[in-house]
Amino acid sequence: MLAHFLTRLFWSALTLLATAVLVFFLVNAVPGDVARVIAGPKASPAVLQQIRKRYHLNDPVIVRLGYYLLQLAHGDLGHSFVTDQPVAQALLTRLPVTAALSAMAVVLWMLIAMPLGVLTAKYAGSWIDRGALVAATLSLSLPAFWLARMLQYSLAYKLGWFPVAGFHGFVSLLLPGITLALLFIGYYSRLIHTNMVEVLDSPFVRAARAKGASEAAVLFKHALPNALIPVVTILGMDVASLLGGVLFTENVFALPGIGKLAVQSVFNLDVPMIMGTVLLSATAVVTINLVVDLLYRWIDPRIKQAC
Amino acid sequence: MAETIAAPVSNPVSERSPPAGRKQVDSALLNNRLVQVGAGIILILTLLAIAAPTLTRIGVLHEPIHQDTNGLDADGMPRPPSAHYLLGTDNLGRDVLSRVVYGARVSLTIGTAAMLTATLIGVTVGLVAGFYGGKLDLGLMRFTDMNLSLPAILLAIAFAGLMDGKVVHLHPAWLHWSFLDIRLQRGMVSVFLIIGFVCWPGMVRVIRGQVLSIRERDFVQAARALGASDARLISRHILPNVLPTVIVLAAMNTANTIMLEAGLGYLGIGVPPPAPTWGGMIADGQPYFIAAPLIVIAPGLAIVITVLAFNLLGQGLQEALDPKHHP
Repeated sequence: MLAHFLTRLFWSALTLLATAVLVFFLVNAVPGDVARVIAGPKASPAVLQQIRKRYHLNDPVIVRLGYYLLQLAHGDLGHSFVTDQPVAQALLTRLPVTAALSAMAVVLWMLIAMPLGVLTAKYAGSWIDRGALVAATLSLSLPAFWLARMLQYSLAYKLGWFPVAGFHGFVSLLLPGITLALLFIGYYSRLIHTNMVEVLDSPFVRAARAKGASEAAVLFKHALPNALIPVVTILGMDVASLLGGVLFTENVFALPGIGKLAVQSVFNLDVPMIMGTVLLSATAVVTINLVVDLLYRWIDPRIKQAC
Repeated sequence: MAETIAAPVSNPVSERSPPAGRKQVDSALLNNRLVQVGAGIILILTLLAIAAPTLTRIGVLHEPIHQDTNGLDADGMPRPPSAHYLLGTDNLGRDVLSRVVYGARVSLTIGTAAMLTATLIGVTVGLVAGFYGGKLDLGLMRFTDMNLSLPAILLAIAFAGLMDGKVVHLHPAWLHWSFLDIRLQRGMVSVFLIIGFVCWPGMVRVIRGQVLSIRERDFVQAARALGASDARLISRHILPNVLPTVIVLAAMNTANTIMLEAGLGYLGIGVPPPAPTWGGMIADGQPYFIAAPLIVIAPGLAIVITVLAFNLLGQGLQEALDPKHHP
């Protein structure tokens, strides 16, 4: 168990390092004079020269990568080219919004997807099931930015049920959370459906029925927990695509989160900030997958023998 | 390692024997309602996209990039729907309907080209990783995981900056795409390459999993014992057996690539204006949303319908090719 954990930890760290290197090359190959971005269009050549020196912009990319990794090793993510704010600080002030939004979305869509998946599995093949399948496919096919705009217009602007945009505490996260949940309910309800159909066919469910357990108990107490086990893994792997949805939602609803920061810094050519947001999301994905992997062994002891 | 399922695409090969006859599969395909609806919508969209220039020539559709002098009202605001402009005009006085129709050309071309790129990479990596196993497998899968741990849109944004204006000279001379009669803008090739490079990792795990199980089956072992080369084993024995899965994944992947193209267009880093892209139309129309909601609603619906069609097709193909899970 410990050996397994250490191996996983090692690979996670290596993945992050490789991600840092890959993204560093991508970001630093972007055309555009970084020194000019920092100093503004009217800066004198002397100032530009000074800035190039300070940020090692005259050195070859490989040397700059070395500087950057050295800096990372000290736990320093650098300073924004535009605001000179420390990147770590900028990320930390925006992380709570993004984390709260993502968590709310996950809870919301699981709360709806679970009963939906169970119901459609019980009545598999019926018109309820087929209808739910089409609805689920529709939810998969909605562009995040468009759905966000539509809900913002109809539910917030027209009906006034929610704040239209900006961040004024928890209320402001409700509609963005609903938007994100709507995008993922479809996929997860089908995932739970598929697993439930399989589980409902297994001997222990027949045994539970034979001993006279009520249908609700069979579905929700015996079958559902088993059907949810693989879903946990998928949830972990979906963090990246959830963050992609968060990026659009935050921008439409003008929420001060990581996604808005990421888009902003791309347009500002703010290299340290881009690197910071990418590394943060990669860290989130890797950490959550590590936790899921450990959780998984705890939920389902049968897996211990494998690997 | 807890390597269970990577995606809810199940394995149509390993557990089913004997394989369903070709006729059976064909009729299952044709009778599947989801396949019918999905393929039908895609067919209509494709015909519309191909016919668009002709429709313009015979005067049914407006020019998509023509800024009509009558296209804006006295206050310089977009015109509402009328007999002349069925869906109204946009903020530059261009016909919204014709931009939506021409947008299908951009979307479908990039979506398909990106899907082919992603499938080529994904299937190759999956085949090699699953077939050879060992250190190569480990390395390839770690690389795949690394790519999976970054949000596709974020990676695409980084790529979009990198490729701006450079990549056009890289593509081989025989790959002209001009037969599609779309003016090949600088952005077109780079956008589909970006999306292709971002969308492949999702396919790898599923393909690899299937290759792992097919590799051990008797007919492959027999061919190996008879002295078949690796290349022959992969191309003649393994590839045909993963092909159904590849087709399902490709259909679903097209939905992703089209969605990503719209997302890049929305962020302003897709195919550059004045080319009509659905994502770009939504972004440009946002400030006018309250006055002229159709500028935003129409291209959005176009995205939903197109992506939905590919998702339905993928879903239906999966059911038809894998009856085990869907009695």
